[in-house]
Amino acid sequence: MIIAAIFAGLRRPASWHRWSVASRTVAAVAGGYAVTSLATLAPPLALGAVGVSIAPALVGGMMASFFLYAAIIMAVFHARSAARAWAWLIGAAIPLGLCVWLLLPGARP
Amino acid sequence: MAWLHTWAGLLAGWVLFFVFLTGTFGYLNSEIDRWMRPELPLASPPPPASSLLPVAERYLARAAAEAGEWYIQLPGQRGVPDLTVNWEEPPRNGEDNGAYRSKTLDALTGEPFERKVRETAGGGSLYYMHYTLHYLPYDWATRIVGISAMFMLVAILSGIVTHKKIFKDFFTFRPGKGQRSWLDGHNLLSITALPFHLMITWTGLVFYMFSYMPVAADVLYPQGNAEDSVYAVVRGDDVGSVAKSGRLAPLIPIAPLLAEADREWGAGKVRQVVVEQPGRANARITISPYAISDHSGTTAGMLRFDGVTGERLPNARVTAPGRFNSLLLTLHEGLFANGMLRLLFVTAGLAGTAMIGTGLVLWSAKRKAKLSQAHSSPFGVAAVDVLNIGTIVGLPIGIAAYFWANRLIPVSIDRRGEWEIHAMFIAWATMFLYAIWRRQDRAWIELARLAAAAWGLLPLVNAFTTDRHLGVTGRAGDWALAGIDLAMLTAGLFFAFMAKRLERKLAAGMQKPQPRLVDA
Repeated sequence: MIIAAIFAGLRRPASWHRWSVASRTVAAVAGGYAVTSLATLAPPLALGAVGVSIAPALVGGMMASFFLYAAIIMAVFHARSAARAWAWLIGAAIPLGLCVWLLLPGARP
Repeated sequence: MAWLHTWAGLLAGWVLFFVFLTGTFGYLNSEIDRWMRPELPLASPPPPASSLLPVAERYLARAAAEAGEWYIQLPGQRGVPDLTVNWEEPPRNGEDNGAYRSKTLDALTGEPFERKVRETAGGGSLYYMHYTLHYLPYDWATRIVGISAMFMLVAILSGIVTHKKIFKDFFTFRPGKGQRSWLDGHNLLSITALPFHLMITWTGLVFYMFSYMPVAADVLYPQGNAEDSVYAVVRGDDVGSVAKSGRLAPLIPIAPLLAEADREWGAGKVRQVVVEQPGRANARITISPYAISDHSGTTAGMLRFDGVTGERLPNARVTAPGRFNSLLLTLHEGLFANGMLRLLFVTAGLAGTAMIGTGLVLWSAKRKAKLSQAHSSPFGVAAVDVLNIGTIVGLPIGIAAYFWANRLIPVSIDRRGEWEIHAMFIAWATMFLYAIWRRQDRAWIELARLAAAAWGLLPLVNAFTTDRHLGVTGRAGDWALAGIDLAMLTAGLFFAFMAKRLERKLAAGMQKPQPRLVDA
């Protein structure tokens, strides 16, 4: 009984849960949208760089993007913690962003 | 994940209920359009296109010789009754566009005539408002609907993940068990039509993907106009119109070109003929079918001919993603579906609507089940119930009011079509006020009764006000039109059954009394 009470006292306060939900919501909606956009942009850019027509890849990517976005949203809420979800999002955004930055004419200084 | 399913579903649920229900009416747009114009003749097989086209050509050559484009719509599938021609007058000095003209032609004499038909918002309005939300600006509405659709996609996918025992749940139905029954019903509706729910949500998003996911397209096409440029490449869509040639040349007769169309699609499939630059050296004739294949909505699905030599012009190349894109959009609209397949689309649409409705009710049933008998619902749950009552029974009453208005508003009223739609929204808003003002357990029952009367009496109102009622349409075998009356009757019976059940449950004390929202 006493041990249980101590554990209950050690648990994170209720407001912590709210912050976690808020943080995950921002990560899912905004972070997910950003990663989805980058993932839709990178493949046609890469194909364009090797001289293949970009339009078919763009249309294909855009059609698929809604599922990617949904999958990211679900993954963010499934993640063990909000911090972990952010880490995954940033981890995915960096290589994609780098790819776009390298391939996009006029993006580099 | 269950949390995500619950809240994504709740937050977008009411908008989605509206989108699904009004969108489902879109699958019956032609039939409803005829119901709302009872002055039109009953459906009869139209004269063949080969006899109608010369009539249209002769009239257009006389009345619209200077027009840049002619549009000839042939009567035929799904009860389009008349041959109509449209064109744009040459623009007057200083204007970009000329006046747009539309004439209905008599198939025998070739003379234009006007049918004395009541002004109505018609069968397309409910379909149109399922993504434009009627009173809202277009860009706002399509984005609100798009965000809701994205919620829907997440709710569907997380719903599948949540259901580990999806197959077993499908065969479980425990009626008369309150919250359990709602859950079982929700599962049954969701799983039965799951392919439809996924398809309709995804394809709806694909329709507007250039405004929902614009970043990549805007970066790759910095000069703007990404959508047209991309579709021109992948689907072979036209960009702009044919420029006027200075040289004159006589247009060939169009009717002989039909042989090629019949060979391609089978007899009687031509919906529209467009002539660009008639009478000029660069005239072009495009023949389009009623959508019958996965890409017939696009330029690649049409037949094109040189308007002077009659030579068949090659179609643009279509890429695999372009073809798939057209397939998705065609699936969403279901234009190709006839008879039973169309009925299946309607049923699936209603199943989707019911899935959303049961999900919304489940949310509040679950929370109420946790409260002790003595406690009334907290304000949040009571507010959700008001929205549920106002949407799930209130919206069907509003739509019934739309059809009542079509029969009862005097024909002479100015902007009559708009008032039909106002009647729908006024009736709907009244239902919300009622749901706020009345004890909620009674409001469910009373509004279900009102919905039963509103739908069930429509065929009767129709019989009193027109001669296109069941006695006439049924005897003439015009089942597309009679079917609308029968469907209204069925809707009435459905709500009567619902009222009866709710009442029995309340009387048996299976439901806790629910006070008014203002007392919660």
